[in-house]
Amino acid sequence: MKSAAFEYARASSIAEVCDWLRKGGDETKLIAGGQSLVPMMAMRLTRPARLVDINEIAALKFVALEKDYARIGACTRQCVVAADNALAKQVPLIRQALSWVGHSQTRNRGTVGGSLVHADPAAELPLAAQVLDAQLLLRSHAGSRIVGAAEFFEGPLATVTRADECLEEIRWPVWTEKRSGSAFTEVSRRHGDFALVAAAAQIALDADGRCTRAAFGLAGGGSIPMAFPALAAQLVGSTLDDDAINSVTHDAATALDPGGDLHASPGYRKQLAAVLAARMLRAARDEALKQ
Amino acid sequence: MEKLYPITVEVNGKQRAAQVPARLSLVDWLRDELRLTGTHVGCEHGICGACSIMLDGDPVRSCLMFAVQADGHRVTTVEGLLQADGKLSVLQDSFCEAHGLQCGYCTPGMLISSQALLDKTPNPSEEQIRDAIGGNLCRCTGYKQIVDAVKLAAQRLAAKK
Ligand code: FES
Ligand code: FES
Repeated sequence: MKSAAFEYARASSIAEVCDWLRKGGDETKLIAGGQSLVPMMAMRLTRPARLVDINEIAALKFVALEKDYARIGACTRQCVVAADNALAKQVPLIRQALSWVGHSQTRNRGTVGGSLVHADPAAELPLAAQVLDAQLLLRSHAGSRIVGAAEFFEGPLATVTRADECLEEIRWPVWTEKRSGSAFTEVSRRHGDFALVAAAAQIALDADGRCTRAAFGLAGGGSIPMAFPALAAQLVGSTLDDDAINSVTHDAATALDPGGDLHASPGYRKQLAAVLAARMLRAARDEALKQ
Repeated sequence: MEKLYPITVEVNGKQRAAQVPARLSLVDWLRDELRLTGTHVGCEHGICGACSIMLDGDPVRSCLMFAVQADGHRVTTVEGLLQADGKLSVLQDSFCEAHGLQCGYCTPGMLISSQALLDKTPNPSEEQIRDAIGGNLCRCTGYKQIVDAVKLAAQRLAAKK
């Protein structure tokens, strides 16, 4: 359980990170909180030749609230983000998701960007990013580009980030509707474990309680967290009664292709997915109705 | 020879300088080089919490950090919780009093997590206590007495003020 040997460099700026990645992107791995990377190195599932430490780069640690987006620096600690009340008001789903992530010791170290680029299919933050279609700013020595969450995740532990690119910030869309609500839940063996299935939803309502915008997604049901924009769009105009909700969540669960293991069979996971997604849509609706 | 990196870390109030290979974990440095064996190491991959230490005042898992990453930072281990005269801290004494330990394997991690909680939240609810130690596995106590011990420590600390 000891890592293989590697070289270490502490970067002090984003430009320096890009420089390291340009020189040796393939053998170089960035380390942020290390809460997933270090166990993988200890188990020798990965053996990077060089680690570039981005923990001391102040420019990667911020929460900035703008009208349409909440911007979060990639290396911002999960504990800092979870404690941010102004952010929780603008994009409540982030705090709701974080309440299921790891434990205080791992959230003190783990970062928002690290969780996204690690892209565990059952992780909470990637699911929240999918549901809200967060925009990810990737930077390399050659420039920067913005990728939506819908294109970002490619497979288990795989994203479209190129070997010479790093994640710089995440822009979370703010829903400005007066009446909106969101909800996140999961079923796992123990609180803080990765989810067997996780579900998240966000809803906006008009004055009469009719749905004007909806988003929902599921994690643990396949190789990446999934959002269902086409199904969510079917909810617009409805009052989000049980029939409307159950029909889309049934279709979403049917579209999943979960694996089975000793914790849960594929059938059980699908069943959970339908139940949890419906529950979260109702919870988000009820939250919106209160406003 | 593996390349060595110079580090200076404040450990329990003392500046400690060393040359370490990059892959040396923080917990191995503390235990094997500094001989601070109070911090335990169980799983070595971030599951059990036995290796919890405070990094700049916040509890983290020292098996999930490399010693070289701690350069320039402040580390508190369970040894650092003792009072200046070498007596057990209020929290440590409360663990004894409330039978908050049996084999003691989890205890250093439990102490670090709950001390960090009490530092920020002097009067924690049961839920806050359980959340703070949620990442620390104990195979002996069933957690009940540990929660009691933290509550007792909070009461004693409040009475002292
Ligand atoms: S030894 Fe670090 S969490 Fe188990
Ligand atoms: S006292 Fe034995 S593991 Fe907690």
